[in-house]
Amino acid sequence: MIDTPHVDWLALSPTLALLVAAGIALLAAVVGPTWTRRGAAAGVTFTGFAVAALLAVVVFSETASPEVLLEGSMARDRLAALAQLIIAVTGAVVVLTSWSERRSAGAGGEYYALLATAGAGMVFFVGAENLMTLFLGLEWFSLCLYVLVAIDRERETSLEAGLKYLIVGGFGSAVLLFGSALVYGATGEIGFGAIAAANVTDDAFLLAGLAMILAGLAFKVSAAPFHMWTPDVYQGAPTSVTGFMSAATKAAALVVTLRLLVTAFPGQSDVWTVAVGVLAAVSLVWGNFAALAQRDVKRLLAYSSISHAGFMLMAVAASSELGGEALLYYLVPYSAMSVGAFAVVSARERELQRPVTLESLAGLGWERPLYGIAMWTFMLGFAGFPLTGGLFGKLFVFSAAYDAGDWWLVLVGVLATAVSLGYYLNVVRWMYMRPGGELHLAPAGGAPPQDSPLAVAVTVCVAVTVGSFFLAQPILDAAADAAASLPF
Amino acid sequence: MLTTFLILLPLVGALVVAVAPLPRQTTAGLAFLVALMEVGLWIVAAGRYDFDEGGLQLGTSREWVESLGISYSVGFYGFSIWLTGVSVIVSAAAIGYATWVGRDRPRAYHALMLFLTGALVATFVAQDLLLFYASFEAMLIPLYVLIGVWGGARRQAATLTFVVYTMAGSLLMLASVVAFGVTQGTFSLTGSGTSDNTWIFLGFAVAFAVKAPLFPFHGWLPLAYREAPVEVAALLSAVVSKTAVYGFLRITLPKFPEPVDDFSGVILVLAALGLVYGSILAFRSADLRGVVSYSSMAQMGLITMGVFALDDLGLDGAVLQSVAHALVSASMFLLVGMVERRCGTGELDALGGMARGRPVLATVVLVAGMIALAVPGSATFAGEFLIMAGVYDQGWGYAVVVALGIVLAAMYMLRVISAILHVKPGRAVRDEALDLRPGELGLVLPMILVLLVLSAWPALVSQSSFPGDAAVEAITEVLG
Repeated sequence: MIDTPHVDWLALSPTLALLVAAGIALLAAVVGPTWTRRGAAAGVTFTGFAVAALLAVVVFSETASPEVLLEGSMARDRLAALAQLIIAVTGAVVVLTSWSERRSAGAGGEYYALLATAGAGMVFFVGAENLMTLFLGLEWFSLCLYVLVAIDRERETSLEAGLKYLIVGGFGSAVLLFGSALVYGATGEIGFGAIAAANVTDDAFLLAGLAMILAGLAFKVSAAPFHMWTPDVYQGAPTSVTGFMSAATKAAALVVTLRLLVTAFPGQSDVWTVAVGVLAAVSLVWGNFAALAQRDVKRLLAYSSISHAGFMLMAVAASSELGGEALLYYLVPYSAMSVGAFAVVSARERELQRPVTLESLAGLGWERPLYGIAMWTFMLGFAGFPLTGGLFGKLFVFSAAYDAGDWWLVLVGVLATAVSLGYYLNVVRWMYMRPGGELHLAPAGGAPPQDSPLAVAVTVCVAVTVGSFFLAQPILDAAADAAASLPF
Repeated sequence: MLTTFLILLPLVGALVVAVAPLPRQTTAGLAFLVALMEVGLWIVAAGRYDFDEGGLQLGTSREWVESLGISYSVGFYGFSIWLTGVSVIVSAAAIGYATWVGRDRPRAYHALMLFLTGALVATFVAQDLLLFYASFEAMLIPLYVLIGVWGGARRQAATLTFVVYTMAGSLLMLASVVAFGVTQGTFSLTGSGTSDNTWIFLGFAVAFAVKAPLFPFHGWLPLAYREAPVEVAALLSAVVSKTAVYGFLRITLPKFPEPVDDFSGVILVLAALGLVYGSILAFRSADLRGVVSYSSMAQMGLITMGVFALDDLGLDGAVLQSVAHALVSASMFLLVGMVERRCGTGELDALGGMARGRPVLATVVLVAGMIALAVPGSATFAGEFLIMAGVYDQGWGYAVVVALGIVLAAMYMLRVISAILHVKPGRAVRDEALDLRPGELGLVLPMILVLLVLSAWPALVSQSSFPGDAAVEAITEVLG
């Protein structure tokens, strides 16, 4: 008999739930009669995400103190559980927004199976506790996303985006892998805790490895200057997939970045806090100024997501429990606003049957009150206005940065926010203050079809965005519990 | 709880107005009704406030974000009672005017107006720095859309400059809020100490200076006041600008005693410049809105001088003048709107001779104008006199500037009065143009009556804003 390690099935259950859902969705796409395939796949995937979210809640409440599983390769702690919850809920909402998206023939079932598998990969990734599982998780969800981005085979831009993402993402993964090798070479360890315990300081290999791993993760976070792929891919990908990537991928990558830096490289914190701070500042400046020049709404939101990566990296750079709390809190309203904003874009896209530019938003606010008010809420939330969780997100991040002595980052953040108003309010302006009539935006084929799942998804996103303002304390408590599982 | 109701009533009203599928007139009427109920609720609050005792009353406090020391805490001081009072009165008049005029898309319009009222009230009662910031910012959301959608021809440019200016100020304030809250360990205004950090002080001061607006931060004012619907311009100049006064009184003065001492000279000079410059611009304006807008800027300079005189007389005068100016300015803007509706233009050259055959209009414009130019015996005269006496201790030069401001005010107000009412009928004034309708009179008259009461008894406000007769003591010891 081979000795097998003890397996903590509960800790793995969110991942497994999604894998099972993916399997059933794939089977349903082949086995059932044609007219049930899409519905069955979507239903199963939605259930999978919902069950994964529930299981994440169970893991969160059952895990008082962090544990390391499977010979030090996985962590079971509240940080992972909270991130899994955010990812799973995001996934469930994305299933709703995907429902009426037009698919290439026969791709309905695969789409949902891939979505569930990508979700499973991310849920696995956030619990990574050594460099091997880190890379495994990263590749797992990235491969699914490459295909998801390119799934609209009939649309050239989708294929182009998929290829771009594959090449740039592959490069990022390679850099990360090389960095891991260097770190292993310097310390002889791959476990995060063991790397820290090896206590190697000022080793050129270790620092180079750290830098390369950070760069690899920055690709996934889409922090400037590792963001080049983001606008093209976000623009080309099916809009629901873009929403999923902007919320879930970013959340997973940021949580892992925080965990890796804090648990594996505490000895080098004076180096990486500066590096992450610079990444944050560059992302804030680049993302916001580039967004000002965009006409295509998906590209605009892509640059906005780069700038928000900057805000969240500010919290990582604080390298404190307050910073961890701030990051985890920020992720909640940010994910909701991001998925929601892309959902509204996709609603407009389906109505007009063409890419959504600022011009084609004209009149949206009056024609579709729900989507108008929702988009307005998301834009104000992104800009950090009150009555949305965006304000507290910014406040907590700024507080953490100020507390850590990074007052210059606070200043950059404040100025970046001022610049960001230029394009966020521009979206509101186009929706409400430009008459749609003179632009001849007659919806293709008369009145748009009822799309209740999308409307439900948008409503949920608005509720989370606004709710996280009024009920900041419970979310912050959960974030504090999660941050406490890291050794700050 | 009463204070919370005062915030919630307009917000809930806004929600109902926005979603209830009612006919146009009913929607607008409902909004007006809510605004009147808000005034009633304020009267109850003012009745329950014990002015002899002073201090924080009718307060509620509840933890919001415990770990950072953020709480939902609200309550009234003497001066916040009066500032809230003019806010709800002016809001009611503005909503009433919008109902009378029949603005397009009434559901959205009135919901936004009520939302603005709620945010205004919340700003004046906030006792937590973050709650204050959130309410202060929340005012921008409806204002942006109200100007941008219902404004005049150049509304897009107006909203842009307005938002850029105010947000630049507000974000500096956010940085200051963070820095102050983190160093104090709490965001509560009642539970925090003072700070001697100049940078944090400047963040607040600039944000309030933009909102007021004070010279040289007034770049957004001419476009915003001119392009906004009149009732929105009335709200802007009458009460939104007073949130800056509240900010100075509640945050800047009590929390930053040392930086205030260092900078009061600079602020006094800027305020004095604003008073003179605004008055001259008002005198040179070619249209009604320009005169009223720039006079508002001049008055804000005057009020700020009273605040930074840093003595009992100046502070009492600043609050009295804030209340009086809010009512005067709202009345004037609504009257401007009524004249513009009759003549299709506000250009002074095209107006004139409207007094003949229109006795009600003539009387109301004359009375409002006389109070605006601070004729001796009026509430504004009392306020300006107190401020002048207050700044005299800071240097006789300031008192001279205030006196000059009063003279200039007489010049530009008399010019407007005669341009509307007297000389020969202007080309835009048609004989059919009606006198004030009872509905219009009903909106302006209550504000003018309140002004007349205050003229007879200015001590009602000036003696009750701060407990006892010791405003400075109240600022440093009760609020600090």
